[in-house]
Amino acid sequence: MPTANTPAGTVTSHPSVSVSAPSAGWNDAGVDTPDGAATTVMNLADVSVHYGSYEAVRGTSMPIRQNQITAMIGPSGCGKSTILRSLNRMNDLIAGARVTGSVTYHGQDIYAKDVDPIQVRRRIGMVFQKPNPFPKSIYDNVAYGLRINGIKGKLDDHVEEALTGAALWDEVKDKLKTSGLALSGGQQQRLCIARTIAVKPDVILMDEPCSALDPIATSKIEDLMYELSKSYTIVIVTHNMQQAARVSHYTAFFTAEVDEKQVRHGRLVEFDQTSRIFTNPGDKRTEDYITGRFG
Amino acid sequence: MTTTATPPATGRGQGAPDLSRGALSMRRRVVNHVASGSIHLALLLAVIPLGLVIWTVLNRGAGVMSLDFLNADIPNSYRREGPGMGPAIVGTLLITGMASLMAIPLGVFGAIYLNEYGKQKPLARTIRLMADVMTGVPSIVMGLFIYISWVLVVGRFTGFAGSLALACLMLPVVIRSSEEMLRLVPDELRQASLALGARKWRTILTVVLPAAISGITSGALLAVARAAGETAPIVIVTGIVFSTNTNLFDGSNTALPAQIFRNASQPFVGAQDRAWGAALTLIVIVVLFTIVSRVIANRFALKER
Repeated sequence: MPTANTPAGTVTSHPSVSVSAPSAGWNDAGVDTPDGAATTVMNLADVSVHYGSYEAVRGTSMPIRQNQITAMIGPSGCGKSTILRSLNRMNDLIAGARVTGSVTYHGQDIYAKDVDPIQVRRRIGMVFQKPNPFPKSIYDNVAYGLRINGIKGKLDDHVEEALTGAALWDEVKDKLKTSGLALSGGQQQRLCIARTIAVKPDVILMDEPCSALDPIATSKIEDLMYELSKSYTIVIVTHNMQQAARVSHYTAFFTAEVDEKQVRHGRLVEFDQTSRIFTNPGDKRTEDYITGRFG
Repeated sequence: MTTTATPPATGRGQGAPDLSRGALSMRRRVVNHVASGSIHLALLLAVIPLGLVIWTVLNRGAGVMSLDFLNADIPNSYRREGPGMGPAIVGTLLITGMASLMAIPLGVFGAIYLNEYGKQKPLARTIRLMADVMTGVPSIVMGLFIYISWVLVVGRFTGFAGSLALACLMLPVVIRSSEEMLRLVPDELRQASLALGARKWRTILTVVLPAAISGITSGALLAVARAAGETAPIVIVTGIVFSTNTNLFDGSNTALPAQIFRNASQPFVGAQDRAWGAALTLIVIVVLFTIVSRVIANRFALKER
């Protein structure tokens, strides 16, 4: 187990806590395997992200565990999306963004000099807040990632597999040649998920994937996340605490703090199993936030 | 649908707001009519010159139009009546085609650099400024520039010199219009592609360019249409011929605008008729070209619906 700061340690020292915790949803069932069995896919150690001279997030340390859903919650401006984007080097695309500390993926520092960000993103996919299908046909949307990664041969089978995996196949199998933009918002988001899983990544990052969707589409995506967590590791940023409580195994609570120079920084307050965060949080600020006394 | 009582068909209920047009103040009603009236008037005024130009050119040019007019050599005396414009049509197609071949790819690549790579770097800002300045350079100045820097150096008039001058005129238009179109492509699409592990060039080629292609085509078309109608640089750098010259690199050439200019300024009816015929031919060529490129662009364009 790679070294992680205290929050991770908290988790490992309570391996079976969720079993005894009151049932709050299917996530408890998901964690009933002994916690030690879930290996750490990614690990953040003292990660800070700067935009130019502004330090957006400071000193974040947490693990991302295999085949588990890790939720990042917290008020606006607390840096949760920033941290998420640092996990597959999407911050590279923002001029002036800089990541310090170490983000490791299977023990390799993804910010090491000889690491190609393309290789990182190939394995750590991302689903964005606003559904952003390419203005191409449904088929081409899914096949895009396969084509750019040089996957040849039975594209049709791969496309069907990905669309089935994203619980969209039955709805679109008769109109694969129509534009992805003709779908509804929830279908577009599932198309984006299909596009992401088509290239068979290891980790899927989701940046508020349901914030633009209605409750029915949201529940479909949440069910899908549960299914996907059997084969993928998922990290999700959400504003919706109920969503985090419903879907995730682990929760990281971030908040924004004002330092001595009156500058706001994002900070990780607490990382633990979701059942503990929502029933018995270790930090007063977490408790205030989840009980609605703050923000 | 919570209203329980259906309103009586005779009129509105007691105390309900009056939604009829008559309830608005006189001032608002008058202003509304004046505004929509002046917009329609403005449209009419804008369409009148357009319609008149097309009607006049059709009216005067259709009379001389014939297969012979499109094929035959230009009479070497303005005094002579009868067809044709063949060499000028071939010249226009070749010279403008060569200019487009040089200016459009260069311009689009330039725009890709500006919007995708250069962004706000000093080099990019300089190029952008120079392109803006170049857009405003009068075509006759560009003609003179090619005259001293190419025609005098090579030592003869050629069709290619005309292509060079037209390409210089087209380049800034293509760069700036293409850049604007690339800027309209949402960043989310680029990010989505990069997040799938695509390289930047691949993202540009397979996502950004197809999303912008129809706008880029429009911009390029404007540039081509403008170049096809340019007179001054052609007159200055291509010389004149009366029989078809298909070699752009050897010997003088001619083009429709130059022929319109020369023939229309003659006192002879035959020459003036040829000028009208040439004008009609030029308009038809530009229209045909527009239609063809639209069809091509639509095939490449990404589906929006």
